[in-house]
Amino acid sequence: MKEILKELEDRRAQARLGGGQKRIDAQHARGKLTARERIEVLLDEGSFEEMDMFVTHRCTDFGMEKMSYPGDGVVTGSGTINGRLVYVFSQDFTVFGGSLSETHAQKICKVMDMAMRVGAPVIGLNDSGGARIQEGVASLAGYADVFQRNVLASGVVPQISVIMGPCAGGAVYSPAMTDMIFMVKDSSYMFVTGPDVVKTVTNEVVTQEELGGAITHNTKSAVADKAFENDVEALMQTRRMFDFLSLNNREAAPVRPSFDGADRVELSLDSVVPSNPNKPYDMHEVIEKIVDEGDFFELQPLHARNMIIGLARMEGQTVGIVANQPMVLAGCLDIDSSKKAARFVRFCDCFNIPILTLVDVPGFLPGTAQEHGGIIKHGAKLLFAFGEATVPKITVITRKAYGGAYDVMSSKHLRGDMNYAWPTAEIAVMGAKGAVEIIYRAERDDADKIAERTKAYESHFANPFVAASKGFIDEVIMPHSTRKRICRSLQVLKTKSLENPWKKHDNIPL
Amino acid sequence: MFEKILIANRGEIACRIIKTAKRMGIRTVAVYSDADADALHVEMADEHVHIGEAPAAQSYLLADKIIKAAKDTGAQAIHPGFGFLSENAKFVEAVEAAGLVFIGPTIHAISAMGDKIESKRLAQKAGVSTVPGYIGEIADDDEAVKIAADIGYPVMIKASAGGGGKGMRIAWDEEECREGFLSARSEARSSFGDERIFIEKYIVEPRHIEIQILGDSQGTVLYLGERECSIQRRHQKVIEEAPSPFIDEATRKAMGEQAVALSKAVDYRSAGTVEFIVDKDRNFYFLEMNTRLQVEHPVTEMITGLDLVEQMIKVAAGQPLGMTQEDIRLTGWAIESRIYAEDPYRNFLPSIGRLTRYRPPAETGSVRNDTGVFEGAEISMYYDPMIAKLATWGETREAALAEMRTSLDQFYIRGIAHNIPFLGAVMAHPRFAEGRLSTNFIAEEYPDGFEGGVMTPEIELAMRAAACFIHAVETSRDSQMPGRIASVAAVQSREWIIHLDDSHVSARIYPSQGGATLVMGGKSFELASDWTPGKTVFSGTIDGRPVTLELDRLNMGYQLSTSGVSKTVTVLPPHVDRLMTHMPEKVEADTSKFLLCPMPGLVVAINVTEGDEVKAGQALAVVEAMKMENILRAERDGTVSAIKAGVGDSLAVDQVILEFE
Repeated sequence: MKEILKELEDRRAQARLGGGQKRIDAQHARGKLTARERIEVLLDEGSFEEMDMFVTHRCTDFGMEKMSYPGDGVVTGSGTINGRLVYVFSQDFTVFGGSLSETHAQKICKVMDMAMRVGAPVIGLNDSGGARIQEGVASLAGYADVFQRNVLASGVVPQISVIMGPCAGGAVYSPAMTDMIFMVKDSSYMFVTGPDVVKTVTNEVVTQEELGGAITHNTKSAVADKAFENDVEALMQTRRMFDFLSLNNREAAPVRPSFDGADRVELSLDSVVPSNPNKPYDMHEVIEKIVDEGDFFELQPLHARNMIIGLARMEGQTVGIVANQPMVLAGCLDIDSSKKAARFVRFCDCFNIPILTLVDVPGFLPGTAQEHGGIIKHGAKLLFAFGEATVPKITVITRKAYGGAYDVMSSKHLRGDMNYAWPTAEIAVMGAKGAVEIIYRAERDDADKIAERTKAYESHFANPFVAASKGFIDEVIMPHSTRKRICRSLQVLKTKSLENPWKKHDNIPL
Repeated sequence: MFEKILIANRGEIACRIIKTAKRMGIRTVAVYSDADADALHVEMADEHVHIGEAPAAQSYLLADKIIKAAKDTGAQAIHPGFGFLSENAKFVEAVEAAGLVFIGPTIHAISAMGDKIESKRLAQKAGVSTVPGYIGEIADDDEAVKIAADIGYPVMIKASAGGGGKGMRIAWDEEECREGFLSARSEARSSFGDERIFIEKYIVEPRHIEIQILGDSQGTVLYLGERECSIQRRHQKVIEEAPSPFIDEATRKAMGEQAVALSKAVDYRSAGTVEFIVDKDRNFYFLEMNTRLQVEHPVTEMITGLDLVEQMIKVAAGQPLGMTQEDIRLTGWAIESRIYAEDPYRNFLPSIGRLTRYRPPAETGSVRNDTGVFEGAEISMYYDPMIAKLATWGETREAALAEMRTSLDQFYIRGIAHNIPFLGAVMAHPRFAEGRLSTNFIAEEYPDGFEGGVMTPEIELAMRAAACFIHAVETSRDSQMPGRIASVAAVQSREWIIHLDDSHVSARIYPSQGGATLVMGGKSFELASDWTPGKTVFSGTIDGRPVTLELDRLNMGYQLSTSGVSKTVTVLPPHVDRLMTHMPEKVEADTSKFLLCPMPGLVVAINVTEGDEVKAGQALAVVEAMKMENILRAERDGTVSAIKAGVGDSLAVDQVILEFE
């Protein structure tokens, strides 16, 4: 009997070695952790229950029948993060370079199916050279099976990808369809075709890092949502982010105990908007002073910085924050910022995370680059996203809310639940000067008259009271009491019930 | 007594004067410039009058506008504070001509003491010791030696036409005096065409010690003890204290009596300060007299229990002091730190911008913070960068110093750079604690600038313990997430590795009522703290010893700061800490290859193109910040390899403008 039990131990020990000590050392030498070490960091200590530890590939071509490792290059199972259930797969670069075989894919599919069945998030730790070439189309089929599950799981359970090594070719499309992608600086990269192919086809010379490194995808392409210094930091921050999330689309966003009073007054918010309307201020300061403990988990902080998105808490309750950033491009809406915010709004709506929108927007960015790039459709994404969202929506206009951008930014007209304005708010079709030049076209050449008209327009519209008189603003509030107001609204809106008409799905302008 | 006074100043001193006036039941009028429309002194005063644009020359220095503001509001007297018009005799004349009272000394006293030569002459006449010296043509080295012998070695010899310390020679004996004289004379002749030579007593280990005096119109003049202001950076006082750790009762009396004699010589009334330079043998020499309230007056107030502003107002209203010298008692010790908006790590470069966080320590009987700002205030480039004066009192110097260290650690400022780390480091410096001060203290102790305070075993223990405590609080909160399927291991059942400066220490923490027992490195410590998540300062005790640390959260661990020492501390379970060894060491980017934007601003011009060879000192770009154009110059010779910013771009601090090869 003892020997039978011992055999399990021996087999486990062998499986835990993955591709062997030599390859583990090589992985460490690259500054990377092994698949199992990553799981240890990610999950609560001792909480991991592995599945399919003894699965091996079924390939018999190219001598593969002689090479077999239990687990087949991916460690899968479930565990907890601060006690909450999560399913995990972690690709093992020490086994065939983490390449994806038919069975490797089946293991991933199994945890995804389980996650869907019980309503728990899936976290994928990606470190794979790509398809298991020896398996040919069977490997491609494996990818597609994963893709299909990514699609079906989308909006049902949160899916998070942490890219911790290579992720190239078709493999990129699984993370691409998940809710969030984190990358590790200097050791992870993602691209559809690598530098060699790029050179052959287009003659462009580019490094892996430039083509698809963490910085590239966090600044230029916006494929990734955050970049971290190393494996441990990426995994610890994934834990932090996980605590913000609801476990599935049927559950409310979590409420963690908070040490920050709902009635905390922030007098300095009264002076954050400068008296000169052309002077910027940092919207981060407003966010950090409103939310619990100044704790804000920003997403895509390096891309489209004219828009700030991220997760925070109010009285312990998770909220998604969407805010214009006057420090960058005056906080205008453009293609990148619209796309960035639109996807985040839909993410929050999927998982019952209330949305807090802070508005200081002078309008859409003009120019041929924007028009030819399709700002009409991209801007419409954000409009669509806010319009369809049924989670509690609270909006605070801190300063400018001009033109169509006013409508877009979670206005009352898009079923905003509580729309607040600071006394410094200016809600108008456009800036005073432009408006006057159109309304008083005949006086255009008379500088004095135009100046006078501009002043009159400003005094009429450069305030929140016209909009408030029409009911488009529910309440004009003192900046220092913003937190109190939002906390109260969130409590009130806990029982909000709103449903969109039944449809197969909508047709957002992609 | 006056019913209403106007304060012709701004910032903390205006606020401080308003406070006293309010207590005395006197109404106050503030004046302000464009830049100060939302300033604290404007808010505190009963009335306020706008007097002009931001630059002082167009507002706070406009005597006419200030006097008109006083007349218009019905103020009967003007308190000038310090700086601006406080020692301007013409202003006092105009004030008096307008039928108003100047809260300060007489015109005669101000003009007499405002003139360097006249004040020295008066001082000598009043029997005040002045630095022995000689200025004029000296025939030969023999005569120079004779003069030096009269003065007493060491002496300083220099060409009198040479400015500052240029060509200064120190002679400790006759031989050095001959040499010094000859070379100084040849330099005087060749460089300046002026053979006059200046020989003066050279003060070894000089200390700046000053006497506070207070007089009334009835002829009473009292001295309120001394203040030592030796901690200076480029002649700017940084830390002051009263009394001086160097002065004995006899010297105090001698200095005080000379200061009173000088003051009586000019019929001094109101508050004034007689500054002395003191050598290592406690010889003291008159420097100058300041005919106004001093910045550092709070330390005198704290040890005498007097309110100097109140006394100034009473005296100006014609009331006698009603005290004698015997009534002046010095109790305990007081230290003052000047909080400046300047970056100690960047050669004390002034820093401007919004005070996003400004949380001074709570004022108590032994902690006083004279401030002119508030959270959300804007620090402008137009005025003095001093934003607050933190003063503490204790029965002994040691107690006052301990209180100061705690108060500095509690002082939380964000949004601008500030000198609190530097002040904290000086306060923690053993030489400061010993009281071995001199005006060269900063130059001697920080010859290469300030690079942070000195780590000590106490600070290290405090940081590790605080980090572990904070982590335990956060971990037990995390274990209360809703929707758990499994319970999370209790804090007390876990082991932690606390990592600081490449040293990993194993620890266990056992939470208890209002604190915790920490077992670390084989020793046990009792911690007490009311810290909760979100607090930016950790206050508590370790084995009863008070600990205060500033706290910033990082992705990995915490940034903890005290006494100018700032460290990253991580607290990880052993299995994670062990894996950290595999994490690559990220080398910090070599910024010498870049021109970085030193402040948030707008690029107005890029003066070079790619491939240009530039010389050190050459203008590279112009960045406008706060309506001020800042020319950024090359720090060394090099070739521009890439231009990363364009005209019109708005840049953040440390954003790359240019790259060099």
